[in-house]
Amino acid sequence: MSAIDERRNAGRVVVGMRADAALFLPRPLRTSACVCFFRAMKRAAWTLAWLLLGCHAAKAPVSQPDDPSRLRSPEAFAQVRDMGSRSQALFREASKVMLHPRCTNCHPPDDTPRQLASQRPHDPPVARGNEGQGVPGMECASCHQDVNLELARVPGAPNWHLAPIEAAWLGRTPSQICEQLKDPTRNGGKTLQAIVDHAANDALVAWGWSPGHDREPAPGTQEIYGALMQAWLDTGAHCPQGGLP
Amino acid sequence: MMQLTINGIPHELDVDPEMPLLWVLRDILGMTGTKYGCGEALCGACTVHIDGHAVRSCVTPVRRASAKAVTSIEGLSPDGNHPLQRAWTEMGVPQCGFCQAGQLMTAAALLKKNPRPSPTDIDRSLAGNLCRCGAYNRIRAAIQKVADEAKQP
Repeated sequence: MSAIDERRNAGRVVVGMRADAALFLPRPLRTSACVCFFRAMKRAAWTLAWLLLGCHAAKAPVSQPDDPSRLRSPEAFAQVRDMGSRSQALFREASKVMLHPRCTNCHPPDDTPRQLASQRPHDPPVARGNEGQGVPGMECASCHQDVNLELARVPGAPNWHLAPIEAAWLGRTPSQICEQLKDPTRNGGKTLQAIVDHAANDALVAWGWSPGHDREPAPGTQEIYGALMQAWLDTGAHCPQGGLP
Repeated sequence: MMQLTINGIPHELDVDPEMPLLWVLRDILGMTGTKYGCGEALCGACTVHIDGHAVRSCVTPVRRASAKAVTSIEGLSPDGNHPLQRAWTEMGVPQCGFCQAGQLMTAAALLKKNPRPSPTDIDRSLAGNLCRCGAYNRIRAAIQKVADEAKQP
């Protein structure tokens, strides 16, 4: 076989038939066998794909293959006709942001903020103190400025501080976070609209999408997060049930 | 121009507003009592006060101190007689001494807001000030001594 024939046969691997198998066929049949095999495989693949898509869509119209790093906008949930179910789905989507380390690291259930994606305890050691601002001599603002410091790798944003312990998100489920957000005794007496506005506009919340250095940002954008929370409120602010932390 | 008041003395400085306060103190004004340790706010050697709050000057842009009162170790007391400085001397706290300016400034910020700290309070406030000589026990004891004296009627 010439070098040119070898290259031609090697190229047929791409269309679904092993080149060395085709070599056992009489030369006039080699091309037509490859084409038939390819067409049959293509039909089978399309049939399987449509079947899988149909089954999946029938089971869960909104929960398409989910990527935790991607945040879907409220429009993606318009097909959920039941308002309660849509509201729950919207909150569960928004909770992708709440449960990201950029957010949970400063929403701990104890007195110690966490760091990095590994969520290790803050180093140097710091304590919550009054108002979540640290302790005298070791306040959050002793080191954290109003902007990220790229050279020193110290993250920063205006009013850097810990969330109140009643608003802990670390280790909580979306359902638990939702219930505590709606509870005036645990949300600082805020209205739900005030909570939505905080999510959509607060400068410290915004840091989650501009964390600087090599920190992974929270999923999506603050605009989508705020829109999800507003849509959750507009659909009745229903909380998802159960779920893993 | 940047308007700063450092240890009670007003200064007008033509510096980049993003320049670390430590650079201004040491390189522009020649006040070398405040030390450069890690440059990443991890060791506390560069601690000074802005309006009484302890800050790590190696990462603090000088613009943050504009129109505010900065206190460095040189200004903690006029003649080295701050109760902490006296306790430091009496108990022989420093070994090499490099971190001590930061230790004193952090301890002073603690005592200003909490004159009678518990041992836990002291540990929490000083936890971010590193001492390569390991003088932690003497540092804690000296702060406790000043706190105990403050407790006496």
